[in-house]
Amino acid sequence: MKPAQQSKGAAIDLESVSKAYGGFKALDGVSLRIEPGEFMTLLGPSGSGKTTTLNVVAGFTDLTSGKLLVGGKNVVGVPAHKRNIGVVFQHYALFPHMSVGRNVAYPLTLRGVDQATRQARVARALDMVKMGDFAHRYPSELSGGQQQRVALARAIVFDPPLLLMDEPLGALDKKLREWLQLEIKRIHRELGTTFVYVTHDQEEALVLSDRIAVFNRGRIEQVGTGRQLYDEPATLFVGRFIGDSTVLRGEARSDGTSTALTIAGETVTASTRINGDARPVMLLRPEKLAIRRPGQSAADGANRLSGTIAEAIYLGSESKYEVKLADGSAAIVRSPLTGESFGLGEPVELCFHGADAKLLADDSTADTTLT
Amino acid sequence: MEIKPLTRVILGLVCLLVAIWLVAPTLVVVPMSFNENKSLAFPPQGFSWQWYQNFFTNPDWSSSFLNSLKVASVVAVLATVLGTLAAFGLDRMKAGSANLLRMLMLTPMVVPGVVLAIGIYAVYLDTHLVGTLLGFVLAHTILALPFVLIAVSASLEVFDRRLETAAASLGAGALTAFRTVTLPLILPGILSGLLFAFATSFDEIVVSLFITNPYLKTLPVQIFSSITRDADPTVAAVGTILLFATTILIGGGMLLLGRERKGRQ
Repeated sequence: MKPAQQSKGAAIDLESVSKAYGGFKALDGVSLRIEPGEFMTLLGPSGSGKTTTLNVVAGFTDLTSGKLLVGGKNVVGVPAHKRNIGVVFQHYALFPHMSVGRNVAYPLTLRGVDQATRQARVARALDMVKMGDFAHRYPSELSGGQQQRVALARAIVFDPPLLLMDEPLGALDKKLREWLQLEIKRIHRELGTTFVYVTHDQEEALVLSDRIAVFNRGRIEQVGTGRQLYDEPATLFVGRFIGDSTVLRGEARSDGTSTALTIAGETVTASTRINGDARPVMLLRPEKLAIRRPGQSAADGANRLSGTIAEAIYLGSESKYEVKLADGSAAIVRSPLTGESFGLGEPVELCFHGADAKLLADDSTADTTLT
Repeated sequence: MEIKPLTRVILGLVCLLVAIWLVAPTLVVVPMSFNENKSLAFPPQGFSWQWYQNFFTNPDWSSSFLNSLKVASVVAVLATVLGTLAAFGLDRMKAGSANLLRMLMLTPMVVPGVVLAIGIYAVYLDTHLVGTLLGFVLAHTILALPFVLIAVSASLEVFDRRLETAAASLGAGALTAFRTVTLPLILPGILSGLLFAFATSFDEIVVSLFITNPYLKTLPVQIFSSITRDADPTVAAVGTILLFATTILIGGGMLLLGRERKGRQ
């Protein structure tokens, strides 16, 4: 296989795309640029608009307003079967009356490819997904993972410049999912085409993507690499959706450069402030929080909050603690097994540096949409 | 649940009795068809092939048989095409209006045959369709259509429409997707609709008696007039031939279908 060629993929431009069903706005002014050859994941909870976006790009759904360009060409109004875009569905959608080989040959037959070329390309596509020995089987004889690999072969066999995947691993168990994620990553590298991947699983998004677009209620909250989204969430929703997080709410006072939050009598400070009138909340990643017994000396300038251990989870390489704070909210802490261990109900102190606390505008919808 | 041996024997006997009860009247015609005398008496006397010979040589019988074949074949095709299109349309309509239309199209199954026959006869008198091939075809199509509609609708119910979306993404226009994906998958329903339509037309008697004339008779009409006029064992011979023909047809079809299913799974 040749190394990835960036030119093989198509760019996608969504410009303030909206889709309304009656009064309900499934998409509300979505703008997104996907680069040629990029692996872009649309991430969000169910009903956030990620699948609608995919259907709009595929041509299964008409958009209400806005512009959509694939490879620089306006495709609004172009029917799905003329867009030349590969699509992989969560439910596999293999044709049950055709063998695996005929399923994969289907798009080539429609394009009038001659038989010799067709056979060679079907064999190549099936080899790529490691299903070369199954050409004569029927879909009903295959497991879910095998069916999805055949569906993937069928979607790439006609060399589309763009491949869309709608939760393709959603129906599979965890082990198989993790293995297929790596397979999809490898195939993306080998093909060099643009991949757009829809999932509600943030871990899957982090494993696969060059960039991730986080959807919430028909809008994009933030677009960025996994690291950017984790380290620099733009909104509380993104911060909570990507990775574990602890959110501190309290009475806020802000001076020029820092913000102090008083939570049940204890005050912590973050060395930033937010603009505007929104109520600020602090977001902390589990590895930025240290856990210690009360009275032990803390690092200089560290914030302290007291609480009790509500849950201790052994994860193999580390431990995860849920600490109940004085105001009743819960904090998530990860600590290496080499450190001290704590028992249920034990009073502890949480310490963190003001520089590690992200200050974000409060958003009541951020919590309710979490699963 | 465990079944006691005695219960099992009694159960088997009861089943056998019911089976005989259901099949016996049909099987009675077989010995009757070999009767030596011109009588439908049971048990028959002697043995002869003459009634079979009569069926194939007497133009009254052979022409009515051919008429029935002609009418039933055209009706089967016509009703299957119309019924499939109707089922498809109803499947893709809004549920409310679709249900209303479906009920309307199923009325020929519910309305008593005689009532329908009188209505059709009245219309045919004015339009000179009595005793014509076209008249038989139109009347029987009305009666056969509901069977096709039911059979194809049942197939469409279990058909996964997302397969059409997948076909579109692979480059198939609506018509190509229908031909290559939808049609092959609902074909069993269409074929059973076709069979039902053929059978409905082939043994239809009530409406046929009204719209027949001495120049155009179908087989059931000929059987009916023969048995009311001159108790001729040819009727039994016809019955026996039909019995074996349908047994072979349906038995063979079931065998084929069963083998295909086994191959697929």
